[in-house]
Amino acid sequence: MKPGTLSTALKSGAIWGFIILELIFFSVAGEFLSLSDKAFMDWDNMLLLLKQSAPIGIIAMGMTIVMVNGNIDLSVGATFAIAAIVLLDSMTWPIFAGLGDWVIPVAWLLALVVGTLLGALNGLIVWKTGVDAFIVTLGAMLGYRGIVFMFNGEQPTSHLNWTLVDFAEAELLGLATASWFLLAATLVIWFVMAKTVHGRNAYAIGDNREAAVNAGIRVGPHMMINFAIIGFLAALSAVVFYSESGSVNPNDGQLYELWVITAVVLGGTKITGGAGNVIGTFGGVIAIQLLRKGLGHIGADTSTVNLVIGLILVAVLVLDRQLNMKGKEELKV
Amino acid sequence: MADITRQQIGSLLAKQGILIAFVAFLIGFTIANPKFLTPDNVLSVIRSSAILGVMALGVTFVVISGNLDLSVGSMMSFSTIVVLDLHDKIGPALAIPAMFAMTLALGALIGFLVGYLKLNSLIVTLGMLSAIHGLTLTYSGGKNMDIVDKEGTWFSVFGQGTALGLPIPILMFIGVAALLGLILSRTSFGRKVYAVGGNGTAATFSGIPRARTVFMCYLISAACVATAGLIQASRSLGSQNTVGQGLELEVLAAVILGGASLLGGSGTIFKTVIGVLILGFIQNGLLLIGLQFYVQFIVTWVIIILAVWLDIAAKRGKLWSPIA
Repeated sequence: MKPGTLSTALKSGAIWGFIILELIFFSVAGEFLSLSDKAFMDWDNMLLLLKQSAPIGIIAMGMTIVMVNGNIDLSVGATFAIAAIVLLDSMTWPIFAGLGDWVIPVAWLLALVVGTLLGALNGLIVWKTGVDAFIVTLGAMLGYRGIVFMFNGEQPTSHLNWTLVDFAEAELLGLATASWFLLAATLVIWFVMAKTVHGRNAYAIGDNREAAVNAGIRVGPHMMINFAIIGFLAALSAVVFYSESGSVNPNDGQLYELWVITAVVLGGTKITGGAGNVIGTFGGVIAIQLLRKGLGHIGADTSTVNLVIGLILVAVLVLDRQLNMKGKEELKV
Repeated sequence: MADITRQQIGSLLAKQGILIAFVAFLIGFTIANPKFLTPDNVLSVIRSSAILGVMALGVTFVVISGNLDLSVGSMMSFSTIVVLDLHDKIGPALAIPAMFAMTLALGALIGFLVGYLKLNSLIVTLGMLSAIHGLTLTYSGGKNMDIVDKEGTWFSVFGQGTALGLPIPILMFIGVAALLGLILSRTSFGRKVYAVGGNGTAATFSGIPRARTVFMCYLISAACVATAGLIQASRSLGSQNTVGQGLELEVLAAVILGGASLLGGSGTIFKTVIGVLILGFIQNGLLLIGLQFYVQFIVTWVIIILAVWLDIAAKRGKLWSPIA
């Protein structure tokens, strides 16, 4: 056994162990504290949980590949809001008036294209200027949010298309539309990261950018593609969510980046790049949603959710450090 | 030869670029609207930037030491809520030191985690952002906090009073900036902060206590946050739980605009003050020429990226990144 195999196994399994722990805790505690007489581990409840995980979860898949790459994207919440507005607003544009319900795929496409372009713009700036992704996307987080406000000021943008709502509320094989999109996004990004050259390059670049450059990997375009992917997924998350709700506030999506990054880090992706996988991220997303739902189930309010998630994030980091201590030089800063 | 001259001009532009842009910007806005550079307006801009500014001064220490602090926004909400609550319970004279102690305790916790346990500061402070927000909501029970007797308290002096013809928030901003500027540039502790951020390993080998230095930086940051919370609470004498939400990123934007590198080891208090003023004047100037508030977001985006880009372009001597 190579040194570190045990700790790696422990870490990759840790998130699932944590999820089981949550399930047990909330089931038991729910017996005493819950006001409703429904069990926490109810099948319908779990299906609902999967659906509610979708908005954060879909974006988290993109964040995984960006973070494995050694970058970060703080602008996803704003991209999410822009895509939502493009989706709802474009359905009312006069040029699409003659399309009937065919406006739906057009609006979806438009929103997805806008999201992809916004992501690619971040990537292009990172590539061409060499400015750190943290700063580029921190700026974009403000800039894109400014664009959101350009549409309707502080007013919400609303448009309900009942065909679209029916589609979003439909269920296939017991799973809601949003859940299917989450599973599909997970599967596709898993395939890209585990089975393709692009995925292997993502790990190589995150692990050691110099070495990757020397190995002949075109680092710039590669990173740009990943930013385009996360932009696309942020838009996908928005179109899935707002197809159902039909109304977007200009502040929607704020703090999404924090939730998404929390999920990805809980799932075992290293913030410095080079390590992490989509399955772990999926676990992280479920764990967070379970925590929110579970704390609600036992009657705790939202303030407790924030407190607990913050503390867990720090605790995970401390634990991770303890597991990693062996074999690493202490002095490394 | 021509190349060298061009490079020199480029490096001058990049080094003082932010200052040059700032001056050009002031002139442009003054032409567009003569009200822009009147003493009244300038004072009101600095006054409204004071809260952000004081926080940015503390974060400058953290950034120079090579770390990040994303928790200052929710920490500021915390100190504002705490001091308002304690004001009516134990009186302002005790409430202020109590609030400082509690905020410093939070700063010490972060400093311990990042400094002594060597955890990644981005994730730690991200977690603390969420945790402190939860703590604030729990403390206040989710309600807004208001001082009952708003007329009869001397507590309002920190946010609303004037001395020497200047508003107190501005004086506090100047005072804290002067104090921290001296500490950073004139003391051995200041030099240690640069050393730790510039090359942590080398600093450790030189016998500089890395952990303690980082710890102290977070304490300084927390003290600044507490001061900002005091100004905020005193100015409004009542507050929501989310008063500081999102400020962490604006603070970081100001520090970066000032030219501190997120890699650590560079930046000064003076530059941060410039960064804060730029953000404040942009906001004000765009509003004065009749643009909507959200235009400032877009302008800030462009300016941040341009500023950092020019800075690193000057260092590597090439405009475009060498990444293939």
